[in-house]
Amino acid sequence: MSDTTQSGPVLSADGTPLKRSLARALRMQKVRALMLIAPLLIFILLTFILPIADMLFRSVENRIVADTLSETVVTLEEWDAMSGDAPGEAVYESLYYDLFVAAEAKEHTKLGTRLNYEQTGISSLFRSSGRKMDDFGEDHVEAIEDASDGALKDAALWYEIMTGGSSDAGNTELLKAQRSKMAQLTGEGFGGDIGFVPGADISETFPRLARAYTDFALFVAVMDGDVVAEEDPWESVFVAFAQEVQAPGGAEKIAGYTGPGAAELQAAAAALADLEPISFKQTFVDIDEDWEDVGNWRTIQTYSPKYTSGYFLNSIDMQKGVDGAEARPENQQIYITLFKRTMFMSLVITGSCILLGYPVAWILANLPTRTANLLMILVLLPFWTSLLVRTSAWKVMLQQQGVINDVLVWLGLVADDARLVMINNQFGTIVAMTHILLPFMILPMYSVMQTINPTYLRAAKSLGATNWTAFWRVYFPQSVPGIGAGSILVFILSIGYYITPEIVGGTKGVFISNRIAYHISSSLNWGLAAALGTILLAVVLLLYWAYDKIVGIDNVKLG
Amino acid sequence: MKLRNLTALAATTALCAPMAFAADMADEMTIVSWGGAYSNSQIKAYSEPYAEKTGVTIINDESSAEAVAKLRAMNEAGNVTWDVVDVVAADAMRLCDEGLAMEIDPDEHLAPAPDGTSAEDDFGDLLVSDCFIPQIVYSTTFGYRTDLVGDTPPSKICDVFDLEAYPGKRALEKRPINNMEWALLCDGVAKEDVYDVLETEEGQEQALAKLDTIKDSVIWWSAGADTPQLLADGEVVMGSTYNGRLFSVIEEQDQPVAMLWDAQVFDLDGWIIPAGLSDERKARALDYIYFATDTQRLADQAKYISYGPARASSAPLVGQHAELGIDMAPHMPTDPENSKNTFLYNYEFWADYRDDIDAKFQAWLAK
Repeated sequence: MSDTTQSGPVLSADGTPLKRSLARALRMQKVRALMLIAPLLIFILLTFILPIADMLFRSVENRIVADTLSETVVTLEEWDAMSGDAPGEAVYESLYYDLFVAAEAKEHTKLGTRLNYEQTGISSLFRSSGRKMDDFGEDHVEAIEDASDGALKDAALWYEIMTGGSSDAGNTELLKAQRSKMAQLTGEGFGGDIGFVPGADISETFPRLARAYTDFALFVAVMDGDVVAEEDPWESVFVAFAQEVQAPGGAEKIAGYTGPGAAELQAAAAALADLEPISFKQTFVDIDEDWEDVGNWRTIQTYSPKYTSGYFLNSIDMQKGVDGAEARPENQQIYITLFKRTMFMSLVITGSCILLGYPVAWILANLPTRTANLLMILVLLPFWTSLLVRTSAWKVMLQQQGVINDVLVWLGLVADDARLVMINNQFGTIVAMTHILLPFMILPMYSVMQTINPTYLRAAKSLGATNWTAFWRVYFPQSVPGIGAGSILVFILSIGYYITPEIVGGTKGVFISNRIAYHISSSLNWGLAAALGTILLAVVLLLYWAYDKIVGIDNVKLG
Repeated sequence: MKLRNLTALAATTALCAPMAFAADMADEMTIVSWGGAYSNSQIKAYSEPYAEKTGVTIINDESSAEAVAKLRAMNEAGNVTWDVVDVVAADAMRLCDEGLAMEIDPDEHLAPAPDGTSAEDDFGDLLVSDCFIPQIVYSTTFGYRTDLVGDTPPSKICDVFDLEAYPGKRALEKRPINNMEWALLCDGVAKEDVYDVLETEEGQEQALAKLDTIKDSVIWWSAGADTPQLLADGEVVMGSTYNGRLFSVIEEQDQPVAMLWDAQVFDLDGWIIPAGLSDERKARALDYIYFATDTQRLADQAKYISYGPARASSAPLVGQHAELGIDMAPHMPTDPENSKNTFLYNYEFWADYRDDIDAKFQAWLAK
C-alpha cells in the first residue's frame, strides 16, 4: 500500500511549493504597489521627514565646542567650575594649540559666535585672540630662528627632523589621530597621502612638537594643497619645541637626541636657555583679561559635550547653570510668554473664524447652486490675493489715520484726538488673521453642510421642534465634523503664522514664529530656532492627540 | 533686468567678439542686493557699465535681507549660487566670522584712487572687516512731519523723547541697536561713555527705562519702508529710518517731511564675495568688485540715491541727481552741515552684545 498519499507540501503546476509561489506572487504585488507610491514617498521623505529630523537633531547638536577645542575640553574636565579660580596652566596650554590650528582654519570665530549665544563677549574674545596667536613665545620663536645662523628657518630641515630620516619607522598612529582631529575641526575629508609621516623617535621624545608639526603638515597638504617639505612650519611648532625643551627634563631629552638636525636643535635649545619658559596663561591674560574670567570658562565647560539640552532650556526661559538648569533672569524671559500668547491668539482666531464662517457656510450650502457659486467666488477671491497685499490692506483700514477711523470721526462717533488704536496690537493681528484664514474654515464647513440632508430638518420641525431645537439638536451635530476639520486647519496654520503678526502685530501681537524667524535669519542661532520649532511641533501634536481623544479624529471631514 | 543685460551682452559680443571675455573668468554672475531704489542705483552705476564693458550676463537677486542665513544654508548644502553679495557691515562681519565670505586684501584687489592713494588708505577706517569692501555710508536718522510739530520743529535727538513738546506717535526700529544709544544719550550719558554704560546691566536697564517713557507712543518698525509710509500717512510725527528713504519721501514724493540729522548713526553697506567659489567665478567676482568700487563708480551711485560714497576720493566727484537735477552733496549724511553730531555703528560692541541685549529688549517690548 505504498499509495502516493501527499504527505509533502502542496505543489503548484511548476513544481514549487504552492505556499512559496503564492508568497512570491503577493510579494510582486506589494513591490508593484510600492513602486507606484515611491515618487510620493521619496518626495515626502526628502522634503518633509528629513528636514524635520534635521531640525530635531540641530536642537541638541553641539559638536562645535569639542571639535574646535578638542584638547582643551579634555583638560578642562578636571577644572572645578565652583572653585572660583580660573583653570591652571595645562588648560591654557591646550587652548593655545587648539586655538592656533582653529585660527589657521578660521574656525575659531564660528565657535566664538556659538558660545556668544550663551555668554556675552566670547565672540570678540575669540576673534581678537585669534589674531594675536603670534604673541605667544615671540622671543622664543626668534631665538630658535636665529640659532645656528638661521638653520631652523629651513623648511626642508624641519621636514627631515620631523620624519626622523629615512630609517625611521614612522608613527602612523599619531598621524591617524591628528587626521581625525583635523577632519572634525574643518569638516573636510583628511584622507589620502600627505607626503609626511611623523617619526617614531621624535614623537616619543617630543610628543607635543610632533603633534603640532603633524597638524601643520596635514593642514598645508590638504587645505592648501602644498608640499609639506617646502613650507615653513607654523609658530606653534617653534612654541611646542621651546615648551618641551624648557619643561623639566627637557634639557636631558635634547641632549640625548641623536636624530636628524640634532646639532641645530641643540643649538636652539641652548639659545632658549636664557629665556623664561613660556607661560600660556599669562600670555592669554595679556591678550585679553577676559581669559581669566571664570564665567567664560564655565560656559566652555558647560557646553563641551557633543549634545546639549541648552537650546531647549533657553527656549523655555531657562539656562544651564553651574549646578543644572536654572531660570533665566526675569528681564530675559520671553519665550514662555510668546508660546502662551501664540496658543491663546490662535484659539481666539479659530473661534472667531467659526463664528464668522458658520453662517456663511450655511448660506452657501442652502442657496441654489448658481447663487452659491457666485458667493463662493467672493469667499475665494481674497484667498487668491497675495497675503502681503491683504495684510497691508488691513493696515490702511485699521491705522489711526485709516479708513475706519476716518469714517468714525466723520460720523462723530469718535473724537479726532481720540482715534481708536486698532493696529500694531493683538486686535489688529486677530482681525487680519481671521480674515486671511476664514476660507480655510468656510470651505470644509461648506462641503460637510452640503451633505446634510435638508429633509432631516423638515422632519424635526414636522415632529414639533422649534427652529432652534431643530437646528441645535438635528443640524448642528451633523455639521460638527466640518467645524472640526476647519478648526484644525485654522488653528495649526495660525500657530505657525509669521508675516501677518510681523506687519500688524506691533509688540503685543507677535507670535513665537517671529522669534524663530529672527533666530534663523538674524541671530543665526539655528539651534535655538530648532528647539523652539521642535517645541511648537510637540505642542501641535499634543493638541492633535487631545483633539482625537475628545472629539475623535474620525469625526473630521473635509467633505 | 536680466533681459536688458542680455541685450547688452548681445551688443558687446557682436562688437568685439574675439575679445569678449578673458578665458579664465565666468561669463555669468549673480549679484545679490536689497532691491528697490537701492538696487536700481547699483545697476545703473555699476552693473550696466560693467556688462557693457565685459559682456557678462548679470543676474540680479534681491535677497540681501536674508543673505547671511541663505549663504549659510547654501554653504551647508555645498552649492553657493551667488557671486557678489551686498550686505551691511555687521552682516559682513558675521559672514567673515562664520567663514562664509572670502577675505579680500584691498590693496591687491581694489583700484587705487586716481591720485595714486592706495585703496586701503582711500577707504581708511571704513574697512571694518577683512571680508568687506565698503560701498556707501548711510545713516539711520529721524524724519518728522513739518505740519505736525508746531512752530519749533525738533532739532535735537532728545526731542524724540519729549512727549510734551512733540505729542504724537514716533516710529522706532524694533531692535535695540541705535535705540539704546539714543536713549542713553538723552538720559544724560555723555556720547563717549555710551558704550561703556551700555556694557553694564545697569546701563541696559537705564536705556530701557528711558525708552519706557515713550513706549506707549511708539510704533515699532521692522522694514525700512515702514517709517516713510507712517510719515506720509501722518500716523507718526517723527520716525527713524535710513536717510535715503527719507530723501525719497521729501524730494521725490514731496511729502511735508524734514530731516533731523542730529545723532544720526552711520552704518556701512558694501560687498562681500562668498567663500568657496570656483576659480573662474572668483576671478569674475573680483573683477566686478575692482570695477564697481573704483572712485568714479562710487561717486556715480550718488546720482541715483542719497548715500555717501565710501571712498574719500569719491566725495568731491558727487554731482547732481540723475532725474531731479538737484545737488546731491547737501543730502549726503556725510555732508559737514548734516554730520555735526554723529555716531558710527559700533560693530565690535554689537557683535558681542547683540544677542544678549536683544533678548532683554524683546522681553521688555513684550511686557
